[in-house]
Amino acid sequence: MPQSIPNSLRSGPDENGHFGAYGGRFVAETLMPLILEVEKAYNAAKVDPSFRAELDYYLEHYVGRPSPLYFAERLTQHFGGAKIYLKRDELNHTGAHKINNCIGQIILAKRMGKTRIIAETGAGQHGVATATVAALFNLPCVIYMGETDIARQAPNVFRMKLLGAEVRGVTSGTATLKDAMNEALRDWVAHVDDTFYIIGTVAGPHPYPAMVRDFQSVIGVETRAQLAKAENGRLPDTLVAAIGGGSNAMGLFHPFLDDPSVRMIGVEAAGHGVGTGMHAASLAGGEPGVLHGNRTYLLQDDDGQIIDAHSISAGLDYPGIGPEHAWLHDLKRVEYVSATDKEALEAFQLCAKLEGIIPALEPSHALAYLSRLAPRLAKDHLLVMNMCGRGDKDIFAVAAHLGVTL
Amino acid sequence: MSRISRRFADLREHGRAGLITFLTAGDPDMATFETVLAGLPASGADLIEVGVPFSDPMADGPAIQAAGLRALKGGTKLRHILAAVARFRQIDGETPIILMGYYNPIFHFGIASFTKEAAAAGVDGLIIVDLPPEESDEFLPAATAAKLELIRLTAPTSDDARLPKVLKGAGGFVYHVAIAGITGTRSASIADVQPVVERIRRHTSLPVAIGFGIRTPDQAAATAEIADAVVVGSALVETVASNLDAEGQAGPGLVMALHTQVAALAAGVRRVARGK
Repeated sequence: MPQSIPNSLRSGPDENGHFGAYGGRFVAETLMPLILEVEKAYNAAKVDPSFRAELDYYLEHYVGRPSPLYFAERLTQHFGGAKIYLKRDELNHTGAHKINNCIGQIILAKRMGKTRIIAETGAGQHGVATATVAALFNLPCVIYMGETDIARQAPNVFRMKLLGAEVRGVTSGTATLKDAMNEALRDWVAHVDDTFYIIGTVAGPHPYPAMVRDFQSVIGVETRAQLAKAENGRLPDTLVAAIGGGSNAMGLFHPFLDDPSVRMIGVEAAGHGVGTGMHAASLAGGEPGVLHGNRTYLLQDDDGQIIDAHSISAGLDYPGIGPEHAWLHDLKRVEYVSATDKEALEAFQLCAKLEGIIPALEPSHALAYLSRLAPRLAKDHLLVMNMCGRGDKDIFAVAAHLGVTL
Repeated sequence: MSRISRRFADLREHGRAGLITFLTAGDPDMATFETVLAGLPASGADLIEVGVPFSDPMADGPAIQAAGLRALKGGTKLRHILAAVARFRQIDGETPIILMGYYNPIFHFGIASFTKEAAAAGVDGLIIVDLPPEESDEFLPAATAAKLELIRLTAPTSDDARLPKVLKGAGGFVYHVAIAGITGTRSASIADVQPVVERIRRHTSLPVAIGFGIRTPDQAAATAEIADAVVVGSALVETVASNLDAEGQAGPGLVMALHTQVAALAAGVRRVARGK
């Protein structure tokens, strides 16, 4: 789809939620008035200093922001090229970047007078983060999760229950993240008066992709200031982040989109390999289509039916990608590459041994790409990778892949 | 005058509301579906909605979700559905056919080629659940050029401020979703629906059909008091489900059971006399 390059890449979406040909509001009429209400409330909140102040308070005192920007000296030496910094969002409360967004959305839900929270989850990280903020704000919370994911993410299911959330197993379709999202949307249609839907990634109908991006942009804003302090005012040369729906990557990239010297690379999950059909790389292996309220690249068959994604990482196991990524891909502002399950597993172990950091399987995909990229870059090349989650949740799955019985 | 407009004029002439049936194309297989389809007008269906199955039907309840999965498992494709409509048109030139589904299969088919081929097959109208007026500018011109009517959905949440936007460009009739919810779950009371329908009528002169939660001849009759047409979907789709054999294939009584059920629903609708 031919598109002209706008003056700023940070001003999107347009008033209808479009990023070029992508995004929008493709929902049933029953939901339209709600979506419009969320948009109106968010537009008012984001220019309200009291909203910002409350958000900042919780980000600092509850989430633990700012997260450190850490010079990963041993990984740098190991690869022998670019100077590697890790943005330590795995140190956030609940162990991933997801809570940056959940805090923002629940404060909005409270402002809107909503009394019930719903969310979808794949790996369970967004479910845990949502259950956490629902507990904090004393709101009942229902988390939809595919039965397939419930089976492979038992610790997170237990966490959500401890936090007081009701976890509803989803058996429809293929019982994974996309079906959990369908079921959450169905719940929302049936509870339009009292319920707020906290979407976990930069996808869904407008205003969600923009709103989630805004809440996650704290990652990039902090990175800019922290790196400037550590490196004599310099900007990063390259940013790297893993992409499922794309919220951690968008959070890191967005504040730098208008800095042409900053190269950005999103790493999709290639599963068994993009050529095998068993992957989650929507940009590499998908086509534009409409799902879950937005137009974006989707894994689909020749009749427009959505195909299951596959990845070792349940958090990347989604057949779509946020619409702003689809737009940035077509504009070629961000490069999108992929890493396989096997490469991610190797990177997972390497990082644990070299840095004493057990990464989640999601950022392990970004790390895997670093092993290809970093050695080819000069030693003064500043590379920042978003360490968007920690790997505690994944040790059982990794042990199983490595043939270890726990 | 379009086939849909002609049919509603005819219903007015007869002083009654119409019955609109919904079944998913290709459920449980295309041959059985076509046999059912061919007998619907004689059983009392005044307009026919043909469901286009989609892998992710976010506005549908368990019954229609399952129907879609059965159809997809049987290999149903959009082009097969258009071919089935074309075959139906060889035996019935009057009963309006409305395709109902989600946008992605149509978008993937191609807006220009889909609207052209659907019209050529004898499709009269389209209900695209996840294509609200905000997003339909890319679709409406092609549909209009092909003389396909884009039928809009209204919901209990559609207020006076929203209705003009929803009804701009609307064709055929208005499909009012009686409940805030998904298909086949709960039923609205007529007392709740009536004021909403009156509100819709203040914004349009198009006929108003009411659907979602209407399952029995009595409910159909009660709805016919306030609607120009009554839509029944999940209750029919459940009859398909309950007439499958152990292998999930069409059982011997399936076709007859559906036509009998449609006849009973039609009798319910026709019990109610309406002013011309």
